Amino acid sequence: MINAVPPAAIFIIGAFLIPLFRGKLKSAFLLTLPVLSFINLLNIPHGMYWSFHFLDYTITFLRVDRLSLMFAYIFHIISFLSILYALHVKDDLQHIAAVLYSGAALGVIFAGDLLSLFIFWEVMAVTATYIIWARKTKASQTAGLRYLLVHIFGGLCLLAGIIINTVSTGSIEFGYMGLNGLGTYLIFLGFGVNCAWPGLHSWLTDAYPESTITGTVFLSAFTTKCAVYALARGFPGTELLIWIGAIMTMFPIFYAVIENDLRRVLSYSLINQIGFMVVGIGIGTELGINGATAHAFADILFKGLLFMAMGAVMQQTGKINATDLGGLYKTMPLTCIFCIVGAASISAFPLFSAFATKSMVMEAVAKEHRAIIWFMLLFASAGVFHHAGIKIPFFAFFSHDSGIRTKEPPLNMLLAMGITAFLCIFIGTVPSVLYSILPYPVDYAPYTAPHVMAQMQLLFFSALAFTLLILSGIYPAEMRAINLDIDLIYRKFAVAFLWLCKGPLTNFRAALQNFSSRTIGALAKFATDPLIVPESILKGMQLGVYKALATSSKGTNPKVADLEFQLNRLIKMRETGRYYGTEVPRRPVGLAVLLAFILIFFYALIYMITQ
Amino acid sequence: MKEEKKYLFDKPENVQRLLRVFWVVLLVLLIIDLLITKHPYFSWEEWPEFYAVYGFVACVCLVLASKYLLRPIVKRKEEYYD
Repeated sequence: MINAVPPAAIFIIGAFLIPLFRGKLKSAFLLTLPVLSFINLLNIPHGMYWSFHFLDYTITFLRVDRLSLMFAYIFHIISFLSILYALHVKDDLQHIAAVLYSGAALGVIFAGDLLSLFIFWEVMAVTATYIIWARKTKASQTAGLRYLLVHIFGGLCLLAGIIINTVSTGSIEFGYMGLNGLGTYLIFLGFGVNCAWPGLHSWLTDAYPESTITGTVFLSAFTTKCAVYALARGFPGTELLIWIGAIMTMFPIFYAVIENDLRRVLSYSLINQIGFMVVGIGIGTELGINGATAHAFADILFKGLLFMAMGAVMQQTGKINATDLGGLYKTMPLTCIFCIVGAASISAFPLFSAFATKSMVMEAVAKEHRAIIWFMLLFASAGVFHHAGIKIPFFAFFSHDSGIRTKEPPLNMLLAMGITAFLCIFIGTVPSVLYSILPYPVDYAPYTAPHVMAQMQLLFFSALAFTLLILSGIYPAEMRAINLDIDLIYRKFAVAFLWLCKGPLTNFRAALQNFSSRTIGALAKFATDPLIVPESILKGMQLGVYKALATSSKGTNPKVADLEFQLNRLIKMRETGRYYGTEVPRRPVGLAVLLAFILIFFYALIYMITQ
Repeated sequence: MKEEKKYLFDKPENVQRLLRVFWVVLLVLLIIDLLITKHPYFSWEEWPEFYAVYGFVACVCLVLASKYLLRPIVKRKEEYYD
């Protein structure tokens, strides 16, 4: 079908046209891109388009089915909102990188084969790195570089897995794989890096808080959700994912409680939310997959909203640490309200989005009678309210008054936050719209009396814990400090490794080089006249014998003088290298031929043995 | 010097009012829980006030573990990596 243009193409071509526009026209053009692409998308029926034969394989750039469509919808929505939020930025390169990044994410979603998936995957890594670097601070430069290195590692795992898998199955199609064989494990690991699995997660909490105010909103939406999509496509029902996901929901909340940088708190809670999706995929039932994808949809919005609100705070005050903020509700009331909507949504308050989506994952877990997992997720649900739902708005907008008096952010930022907040509430109040685009038919009603009651109790008594701990002073005070995470391994141990390379290993190499060059020099000297050594020895022995005999007779023996002269000459020749002197060795030609024969014999012998 | 504008929570009585509403909501939630019929997947979901207790205990444990276990291990100066 000719009419079906891949959305990635619209974004990627559009990105390069951005510098052609100026002023208001540029804003209009930026906003039109996702809208245009969305209209185009609505007119594409399910199916495979843009398929090409490459070597013996089929490359498909546009696979439209329910799973890819639902991710595509939310990617269009959030790219529109993020562009709107970033409209005041006067740096074309940032806009280009962000639009390319969004386009590459759409390329991943619609890739029907592993090769084009990999290519877009790598484009995402590179453009995201630029988005991080765009902050132009030293911290962002180093964090961006670490981000790139980690993602190159993930990308190489993915590529190696794809090659092994393609060779063993003979097909490059991207469909259900499951864990069987080395290739699929490597692909699984490659997805896992982008999904921020425990141990592979620190690129996220390291780099996202260092990016630009507007860039982080883009970043929070795409990379991890592409990984969620890829896992839902390739590895649904993988038992390992249930445990990985459950751990993901748990460990970041402990960090989030003691973290000072509020955007880093959000980064930890991003991992926590992805954990719920990963568990849903691991469960793998229709409800589980529906829950995972629906929660991805909701998470992109509320996490985007929270990053937008914190970005607005950061832009207006120049600060983002909880120790420096507080009391901003007085002068930024709208931002405060939007932030609270985001906080209520991530905490799954009834009428807010996660209430209708996260509960599907919980229900899927309960239906499979996974009690331990269920308890872990419930703990994480209470915890997320604690650190993201209360801590973020409380320390930024209330708490102790920081004395900062500022004003609301520019209109485009407010509008972006307003629309996102509306969507969060819309999904929460009318979940049937979201349910209608999920991969499988939905037979789930979130608004039952026991569910509402259970959730309200969980949240309000978490809030009670927070209130009592704050009032009693037990709640850990915010501190100007950082917390070590797994990135310690490559940030500190890498330095130790570098020392090892620079110090001991370099010395060892130098010693080895010295030794080998001396050996070679000696061998070369020997090879120029191999007979000089035995000749010297022979002459020396002869001289010794003559001298011994000479001591018995009187007077100098002319034979001894001659031998001494000859020996000195030989030694001198050995030391200086005879070819620089005037002495030319006089050897019979036959001797050289003999030596050559001996050498050829040994060569032939070695050749025969190694054959 | 000009007196700065008083905002909503600058007045202690407003904070008290908010807290009072909060206590009432908690109480109401505890009472309603006893009245509704539950359709649980797990037996413990039927226990009275299960979610309230779990939410409270979970958060207290979370905070205490973070403060007294995690922070002493991982806390470093802000310039640690510089």
